[in-house]
Amino acid sequence: MKPAPFAYHDPTTIGEAVALLAQHENARPLAGGQSLVPMMNFRYATPDHLVDLNGVEALRGLEVGARISFGAMTRQRDVEFSGDLAQACPILIDALRHVGHRQTRNRGTIGGSLCHLDPAAETPAMMMLHDAVLTAQSAEGSRELAMGDFALGFMTSALEPGELLTRISFEPWAKTHGWGFEEYARRHGDFAIASAGVLLTLDARGAVSRLAMVIGGLAPAPARLSDFEAQAVGAAPDDDFIKAAAHAASSVEAMDDAHVSAAYRQHLASILSARALRRALAHARERSLQHA
Amino acid sequence: MGMKFFGASVLRKEDPALLTGKGRYVDDVKLPGMLHAAFVRSTYAHARIKSIDTSAALALPGVVAVLTHDDLPEPMRSRRLPLYVPHPAIKQTFMPWVLAKDETCFAGEAIAIVIAQSRYLAEDGAALVEVDYDVLPASIDPREAIVDGAPLAQQGAVNNIVTQVPVKIGDTDKAFAQAAHVFREQFALHRGGPFFLECRGVVADWDAGTEQLTVHASSQGSHRFKRTFIDLLDLADNQVRVITNDVGGGFGPKGSFYVEYGALAAATMVVGKPVKWIEDRRENFVATQQERDQYWDMEVAVDENAKLLGLRGRLVHDGGAYVTWGLVLPWIAATSVIGPYVLPNYQLELIVAMTNKITCSPVRGAGRPQGCFVMERMMDRIAQELGLDRAEVRRRNFIQPDQFPYKVGLIFRDGRPVTYDSGDYPKSQQMALDHMDWENFRAKQEAALKQGRYIGIGLSNAVEGTGLGPYEGATIRISTSGKIVVFTGATPQGQSHKTTLAQIAADHLGVSYEDVSVVTADTATIPFGMGTFASRTAVNAGSSVHLAAIEVREKIKKIASELLEVSPDDLELKDGAVEVRGVPGMRKTFRELAYNAVGLYGFSMKADRDPGLEATSYFKPEQSTYANSCHVAEVEVDIETGHVKVTRVLVNHDCGNVINPMIVEGQIVGGVAHGVGNALFEKLLFDESGQPLTTSFADYLLPMATDVPHVETLHTETPSPLNPIGVKGAGEGGTIAVIAAIISAVEDALRPFNVRIAQMPVSPETIVQLVLDAKGRQ
Amino acid sequence: MPDTRKITVTVNGQRHEAEVESRLLLADFLRHTLDLTGTHVGCEHGVCGACTVMVDGHSARSCLMFAVQANGKSITTIEGLAQADGKLSILQEAFQNNHGLQCGFCTPGMLITLSEHLRDNPDPTEAELREVLTGNLCRCTGYQAIVAAGLDAAAKLRASKAEHA
Repeated sequence: MKPAPFAYHDPTTIGEAVALLAQHENARPLAGGQSLVPMMNFRYATPDHLVDLNGVEALRGLEVGARISFGAMTRQRDVEFSGDLAQACPILIDALRHVGHRQTRNRGTIGGSLCHLDPAAETPAMMMLHDAVLTAQSAEGSRELAMGDFALGFMTSALEPGELLTRISFEPWAKTHGWGFEEYARRHGDFAIASAGVLLTLDARGAVSRLAMVIGGLAPAPARLSDFEAQAVGAAPDDDFIKAAAHAASSVEAMDDAHVSAAYRQHLASILSARALRRALAHARERSLQHA
Repeated sequence: MGMKFFGASVLRKEDPALLTGKGRYVDDVKLPGMLHAAFVRSTYAHARIKSIDTSAALALPGVVAVLTHDDLPEPMRSRRLPLYVPHPAIKQTFMPWVLAKDETCFAGEAIAIVIAQSRYLAEDGAALVEVDYDVLPASIDPREAIVDGAPLAQQGAVNNIVTQVPVKIGDTDKAFAQAAHVFREQFALHRGGPFFLECRGVVADWDAGTEQLTVHASSQGSHRFKRTFIDLLDLADNQVRVITNDVGGGFGPKGSFYVEYGALAAATMVVGKPVKWIEDRRENFVATQQERDQYWDMEVAVDENAKLLGLRGRLVHDGGAYVTWGLVLPWIAATSVIGPYVLPNYQLELIVAMTNKITCSPVRGAGRPQGCFVMERMMDRIAQELGLDRAEVRRRNFIQPDQFPYKVGLIFRDGRPVTYDSGDYPKSQQMALDHMDWENFRAKQEAALKQGRYIGIGLSNAVEGTGLGPYEGATIRISTSGKIVVFTGATPQGQSHKTTLAQIAADHLGVSYEDVSVVTADTATIPFGMGTFASRTAVNAGSSVHLAAIEVREKIKKIASELLEVSPDDLELKDGAVEVRGVPGMRKTFRELAYNAVGLYGFSMKADRDPGLEATSYFKPEQSTYANSCHVAEVEVDIETGHVKVTRVLVNHDCGNVINPMIVEGQIVGGVAHGVGNALFEKLLFDESGQPLTTSFADYLLPMATDVPHVETLHTETPSPLNPIGVKGAGEGGTIAVIAAIISAVEDALRPFNVRIAQMPVSPETIVQLVLDAKGRQ
Repeated sequence: MPDTRKITVTVNGQRHEAEVESRLLLADFLRHTLDLTGTHVGCEHGVCGACTVMVDGHSARSCLMFAVQANGKSITTIEGLAQADGKLSILQEAFQNNHGLQCGFCTPGMLITLSEHLRDNPDPTEAELREVLTGNLCRCTGYQAIVAAGLDAAAKLRASKAEHA
């Protein structure tokens, strides 16, 4: 399990990096390496050129303000231990604690995980949940994509050859928002069989004023429950409401494989979405009281 | 003589080196001029090899040689690997060639070896070797493989049945005819592979000048490897030396000799340089032997009081592509079914199937977990059907302490009748139940259920044949420096023999265990050895060390008595010297005695003396010694996700006298973790064409630190009368019975749904399905 | 021609310069170029944790980094954990006292992971230790004695800190 030969490049600027990607055939950017390097060791991935982004200063940096913004090379550990994020976007911390293990989060990056796009990965699901905007840069210039347009299919992003994901940002939810993240994996740190993420706000009467729900692990890319979210506005979040949410979650088309069936994934989606929703409601009610 | 170290939890001699990065595992061996190997492996489960094109690989800079079967030196080229555990019942003996000759019988079988300047280059070369195959139909499921007309797993086989043997005690049909109740259960029992952290590996070095082959190997028995090299190459004893230093886990499958090792010997002989091959994890998943599947279709007969009358049925065992271990594994399973219970009548049709999968090898427990699972699940079934407490059903069927030695009525894998030497099974279970407050669990369970929590408790008993023969040996030598060394063929992989064997020797020689070095598994140091498997080393090597140490002690006394002119009876060994009891100044050090014992150059030796302060002993047990355990497990099941959390496990273990309680505890606790894997996580999957689907640690789930409970242990010590130190094996007892106990607890947690589980492992998806089906019925 | 780089790496406080092929994994560089064989390779796909080393103070899989990426970095391996006088560190000693190792193959990764964790979390619970150890597989011990060693070492480290405070 040794990687095939490649030429190594270690640019220090985004410009150099995209130039190298443009210049070389079969070149791949190397972020945290926690997914790409295993694939190279198995020789499932055999790039001729490896463009190491670890020395590109401009790709780092986490900002928490009116928008939350991540340089693509922000390490998972930096998110995990960010006090500002814990305040502004606690669901991200909850989700990230399920990503791999201490050693892999020390190296793994937000951008790397997004570009790898494992259907069960937490980071893509979180960005989908927050309607994140992604910045892609190439030698020709840069463009912005919505997360929904970025995740094209099974481990396939909308990045063009030579394009580099440089920045990810989204608007944080109101301080009173409730959040819930639930996933089921056989063991701690494994890719989830299914996951559910919920953000919501309640109005003064306790009815749902805004809802976002994402289901990971079922479809080739994380799926938002857009129809249900739209119907939910104004609804009273009672048991029937939770049941309806669970039903919507289990209706996401699911993949099967040698280890688990599609039906089990859908069953889990229904269970986990209900649990996540209950958790989100509890948080929202608690926070509404705090801010009342 | 008092025992100072035997029985004490002394710290391990192995640890200081291992904790500072100074261990010496096979991949740490670096020889001058050493080259590196990688293998080209079959991509099909069954295929004819039409041709192999090595030209592109040979053209790659850095690649030194590529060998296929035709390039092997004689006589290796015309010999298959030898079968070391033959049995008259084995009808077809298919063993592999070193490098596939013209047929590959499992996906992963070695076809060619590429030797290069680095492992990286060797892998580059292997990717360039082109093999042209004719794909053949494959047999994958052993139940289908044994049906007439199934695709033959080996060309030239009559069918896929390696052996079909009856196992019989009493008159089972008669017992069933008279039974008050008969229950049937079909078991699908899977065990995974060993998955030691250190993969296999070999460094082979042929010296063309001295015509000697030196092999460093990660193994469970260096002497077995030496013997195989000798057999494959017709070499003399002096021409092969196999050395096993530190080993990163074995668990059974590192005891086998694999074709890769033969290929490495061929490689070093052809290229004239040392060659290293370290198995990588992908190879480990497709080429290291695994235990895998058994299917049992069984019926149990009991009288109106739940006493066992008989057990009958059929066992189909998946032996994989080659018969390396012959009948060993299913035979152990078949004889382990009986456990601690009186079973007057037993009949089993045992069938070993050949399939196009990696050869099956014993893995920690070696068929015992399956045998135990069958009986213990039957016990639970009887309890369920007759409305009795599960512990009570077992109580009514136990062999009683006054029945030892107890003859079961079968022949064990050691060739001797299964005769339990000692134990107290009722007491063992009662201690465990008391510790876990078994009687009051129902109340806890009902309270939990009111909160929507599903908790359960289960128990399981096992009797385990350990300390298998034929022998293990030990030489103890005190050199002229006065330093003491024990040499043995035992080959530890974490079992701490360098500590425990030193403890045994130290007591007899009046020194600290720290003063005794233990050299294991170097064939140059002791002529014969069997290695470490089947929980046999404490019994065999331990007893040998005990006997040899006594012999050395007597020799010391004899020489000292002559020098000091006192009776040997007046002497005692103390602090590296021997002294006259009560006369502190009158002493001779080991150094002085060893000096004396080697003799003087040119002078005559005393007629009644052999040279050197040394002795060699080979302890040959007359039969296996039978350890036993009672496991109790508690679980909590999330019925919505199907997740099982093992919350508590207790093991009451009896392995006779305990040499080092800390180390035995470590073996038991570690064994439980392995069993948790077998009960809940570990499953090797193959697709219909025989492609392995679990080929990484992301697909094959080993238990992690969060998956195993804190294990509690109790020890009953019933000394074995079968060896001088009264010990029984301890390496596998943690694993064997815990699987059935966990499954019993899961079933118990799901009592409101009245489900039955007859499989291992049980996945969360299966649990959800069982619950949903039950809800559908209700 | 193979793509090579000249690198400078500090390992256990000692500076090393070497010319390495780009594809050389950091684990292989440590083991076979520097002959620091205490770091073990168990899976080469980032799951087992046996190859875990400290890179600039944080644990990392050395099978998932290329040696060229360690250029200019400071690495700690199991060989660098003992005290200056060669005595076992508190954590190493706790492993021996609690029988926290059997075959010893996972041990280098276990020690590095726990070194980092105890540095950052001096007073861990058993559950926390079990969670952080999910990044390291052990097939021998059932983890129990490793967790015990971690808790034991944490207590001793706190005591020694209090003493020196």
